[in-house]
Amino acid sequence: MSGKTLMRGTHVLGEAAIRAGCRAYFGYPITPQNELPEYMASKFAKMDDAVFVQAESEIASINMVIGAAAAGARVMTSSSSPGISLKQEGISYLAAMELPAVIVNMMRGGPGLGNIAPAQGDYFQATRGGGHGDYRVIVLAPAYGQEIADMARQAFDMADHYKTPVMILGDGMMGQMMEPVEFPEPLDLATLPKKQWIVDGSKGRARRTILSLWLDPPKEEELNWRLARKYEVISSEIPDQEMYLTDDAEMVIVAYGTAARIAKGAVHRVRESGMKVGLYRPKTLWPFPEQTLKGLCDHVREFMVFEMSMGQMVEDVRLAVEGQRKVSFYGRPGGVVSTPEEVASILSSAYQANHQKP
Amino acid sequence: MKKIFSRPKSLKDNPFHYCPGCGHSVIHRLVAEVIDELGIQDRTIGVPPAGCAVLAYNYFDVDMCEAPHGRAAAVATGLKRILKDRVVFTYQGDGDIAAIGTAETIHAANRGERITAIFVNNAVYGMTGGQMAPTTLVGQESTTSPGGRLPIRDGYPLDLSAMLGLAAGAAYIERTTVTSPKGIMRTKKAIKKAFQTQLDGKGFALVEILSPCPTNWKMSPTDAARWVEETMTQVFPLKVIKDVA
Repeated sequence: MSGKTLMRGTHVLGEAAIRAGCRAYFGYPITPQNELPEYMASKFAKMDDAVFVQAESEIASINMVIGAAAAGARVMTSSSSPGISLKQEGISYLAAMELPAVIVNMMRGGPGLGNIAPAQGDYFQATRGGGHGDYRVIVLAPAYGQEIADMARQAFDMADHYKTPVMILGDGMMGQMMEPVEFPEPLDLATLPKKQWIVDGSKGRARRTILSLWLDPPKEEELNWRLARKYEVISSEIPDQEMYLTDDAEMVIVAYGTAARIAKGAVHRVRESGMKVGLYRPKTLWPFPEQTLKGLCDHVREFMVFEMSMGQMVEDVRLAVEGQRKVSFYGRPGGVVSTPEEVASILSSAYQANHQKP
Repeated sequence: MKKIFSRPKSLKDNPFHYCPGCGHSVIHRLVAEVIDELGIQDRTIGVPPAGCAVLAYNYFDVDMCEAPHGRAAAVATGLKRILKDRVVFTYQGDGDIAAIGTAETIHAANRGERITAIFVNNAVYGMTGGQMAPTTLVGQESTTSPGGRLPIRDGYPLDLSAMLGLAAGAAYIERTTVTSPKGIMRTKKAIKKAFQTQLDGKGFALVEILSPCPTNWKMSPTDAARWVEETMTQVFPLKVIKDVA
């Protein structure tokens, strides 16, 4: 596979994960992401050193991820919204045990069983820690097929580097859409740094224990401080974003993932009418790239956040601009996907209303 | 003078925190002796439970990886699938394995995971203070079955091992006790066979050990041992439930 290949998002993610050294996948069927486990199953069936298990539940699959991560493998699980809720227990443990793993959420309409249409209602769950305790999960939000491939590689590297779970947050549309993608050469696993903390039997070394139980409160506090320091480093090292036509923009629409592609279409349309609008697209949702967004306040008069939800990331945008600028919101929840025309009309009305102000 | 008895190599030199008369200490020792005898200390990974044995990693001198409550069989699956030539065992109580972890355990057995489960059944939630367990006997008093377990209200004791015996992937399932020298010797033999079953790649192996809990049963250690032998075994009979190993 050299040059560009036309592939759907779920398959891109699977192929990129394997090239990033993923050798273990555990999951449970749920729409709209089944093509990913199916891809992993078919590829791993032909590989001697790879493990695919269809678990009896999302809970079992995330705990198998814990075991495989503790054994040193590059490991992934994937699901969609209701299934990710079930994985939250294990994600909290992964964070506490400082185990690297990649978790994919192809979001669908919710709450509850919801539907199987693309949505973005899990932003809070992903970025605020859907499980118990004081922890964070790195959340990467691709918007394009190529970015899915690039971020899959980054996700495994970040997970290993920071010893922490990393989530790739997509949606049903992104998983299904076919786009041309160029993959990197497969990673040679032998070139990765040796993990000096895994439990693989203790031949020739001292015994190890991987745990998250610290009965003595000062010990538990120590873990929390250690995690907090790690999260500080992550927050300074990885925030990333795309800024599109923002240099001269008076108004900026903020959106991520599929919503950002719709928003970009809206920006094109509104620009054609001569209005100076731009797009700000966070590529990391946690840590949220607040510094670059805040930096736009020097010339941007107003922000509008567009999400396929009732408004979740909008809170991070408001935190980033710290009340210096008005932040409005437009969203369509429940699996309804707006058209660029619809968003363009909302955006241009807001722009004009703002422009008429003295 | 010849030394004829000492701590197994696979046990750390830490005093057990278990209550007087509790079965865990004996069972820990038996597991450690078996690991020593099979010569697998440096290729064994243990998965402790949430429950009285949550601190098992303070005692077993092997690599250990904690699991969330009930999820040991799933964590062990992840470990073993990656480390095919290593030995992975779980150590779980009845609440852990037969209530919150029922699904993980049954499916690991049914997949024929090459893991060994040590299932310590004391018919009560011990660490949390004596609540009703899935294995609490009908009529048995607990803090959440006042007046004794009442089937119309509380259901019946669950025989998980019998259920596991039906799983095609289970190779060896036996129920034993540690309340008499004979029972302890039988238990050690069963534990050894359960590890050997894994080493031979035969399938899932589990030893259920009926174990006294004098503290939560509010009995003396001797009465508790007698209660295991005379009452508990009526509901959970000692036998080889499945052996195709």
